[in-house]
Amino acid sequence: MPFIPHTEADVRAMLDAIGVGHIDDLFEEIPAQLRAGPLAGIPAALNEMEIGRLMEERAARDGRSLCFIGAGAYEHHIPSAVWAIVTRGELYSAYTPYQAEASQGTLQMIYEYQTMMASLTGLEVSNASLYDGASALAEAALMAVRAHRRSRSARILVPRTVNPTYAKVARAIAGNQNLVFEDLPYCTDGGHTIVESLRRFEGEDITALVIQQPNFFGTLEDVDELTDWAHAHGALVIAVVNPSALGILKAPGEWGARGADIACGEGQPLGVPLSSGGPYFGFMATRMEFVRQMPGRIVGRTVDLEGRTGFTLTLQAREQHIRRGKATSNICTNQGLLMMAGTIYLSLIGPKGLAEVASACVTHTHALVAALSSIAGVSVAFDRPRFHEAVLQLDRPVGPVLDALAARGIEGGFDLSEHYPELGPALLVCATETKTQADIDAYAWALGEILQAPHPDPLP
Amino acid sequence: MSNVPADLKFTKSHEWVRVSPEGVAEIGITDHAQQALGDLVFVEVPEAGRKVSSGDACAVVESVKAASDVYAPVSGEVVEGNAALTETPELINQDAYGAGWLMRIRLGNSAELESLLDAKAYEELLASEEH
Repeated sequence: MPFIPHTEADVRAMLDAIGVGHIDDLFEEIPAQLRAGPLAGIPAALNEMEIGRLMEERAARDGRSLCFIGAGAYEHHIPSAVWAIVTRGELYSAYTPYQAEASQGTLQMIYEYQTMMASLTGLEVSNASLYDGASALAEAALMAVRAHRRSRSARILVPRTVNPTYAKVARAIAGNQNLVFEDLPYCTDGGHTIVESLRRFEGEDITALVIQQPNFFGTLEDVDELTDWAHAHGALVIAVVNPSALGILKAPGEWGARGADIACGEGQPLGVPLSSGGPYFGFMATRMEFVRQMPGRIVGRTVDLEGRTGFTLTLQAREQHIRRGKATSNICTNQGLLMMAGTIYLSLIGPKGLAEVASACVTHTHALVAALSSIAGVSVAFDRPRFHEAVLQLDRPVGPVLDALAARGIEGGFDLSEHYPELGPALLVCATETKTQADIDAYAWALGEILQAPHPDPLP
Repeated sequence: MSNVPADLKFTKSHEWVRVSPEGVAEIGITDHAQQALGDLVFVEVPEAGRKVSSGDACAVVESVKAASDVYAPVSGEVVEGNAALTETPELINQDAYGAGWLMRIRLGNSAELESLLDAKAYEELLASEEH
């Protein structure tokens, strides 16, 4: 489908036809103080050669460091076939095409994706993806308010062990739509959410409880106990899950006696490169009883007049082109390309491969924690089982230590001091299946050297 | 020509109201509305106990063509939603004024009934909408 811009002559002809002198006259009714002026501080346009050069220089500056940062985006091995297939002309689009049913291949791919995500989360129905993990949580909170018809409070309990960026994005998106997000403290021994912290809400109208598994600290939550508490007290459960971890952990649909009601999360670990932070894709799955409250597109399998299998967009009355302002959201399929990479990744590695990836992550992180915590000045913050991340506490501020590691080509982890000042100088580290014992030894050796030097800024 | 029973009250947004002697209003969408929507595939009715004000969107009817809100013609407390519609939304197509009722509301203010249309006024509304 070619994109043909209007020529100046086209614009002139259209303005003449409606008797308007200048295109700005069309916007006259907008008061002057509400109009945006020309963009200040934006440099002149670059041509293709210039922008190519600039991007290469910036990419080179990133270097090829050894990355032990997780905190929501994870470096995993991506089979070469994934992007070789995704970039084929037949698939290379971010969107569901207009006249969607004419593109049976795209619809089938989305259907396969939904099937895999439903199976991975242990829930009945998945949508065709969302923007990213953080906005998926916001959408899940809005959906919970719509789905929970007996609850009028729109109160969502968010443990502090949920990715703080997700919590912030959820507040930014849904906070002005009358949703109230309330923090829950965590246990300082285990780094997890305990049911005791929920007791003060008993007897109150709570719409939903968010449970992240594994949580932001990498710690495993008591998902069964938390889920059962929520259901016993009339709240829905929103699970935020890492899809790699679902290779070995219990699916949200099996948490507690009844299972989580909505599962969402970040799809990036499934075949999407880190790419300096995006684009990624979000995912969401739920029970069939809530499907009409789910945002996003849904593809269904059906039969045509001759009984042949075909794929079609379904339940579209939830969507903006039909329900307008009352649609469940304005999400369509912008992340379709990334979702497709996730589908191909999952189909290539399969359930066994995903379990192997997850197990390797656990083993490598165990080795990393053992190596780093044997260094004087490093201790492990929490004593609970974990997936592929852990919180370490240092004897000095984290920032300069990370800078010193970066100078040696090692990205040492995520500095938690800004979001969790109460933990002191705390560092979140991660080792996926991509980190070998030699990588871990190199990190431990470098950190040992850096911490051996007396630090100029001792803690009180 | 659609069916407009003489003993019911109507709204401009195509709901009908049947008031019982006990002060409970049974509410549905009119024969004209179900014809315009086409085959219904999903209906969401309000929970018993919900308080509604006249004009509130309190139910959703979804057909193969469109999804529309149904507005409460009167204020009051929902006594019952028609649970049968969850499994068989086509009851509205088959029997809009009978088995296809949507909800029953205990009237909070019976004076509101005065502002509803009678059958004749509703027929006139339909006739004017045809032009």
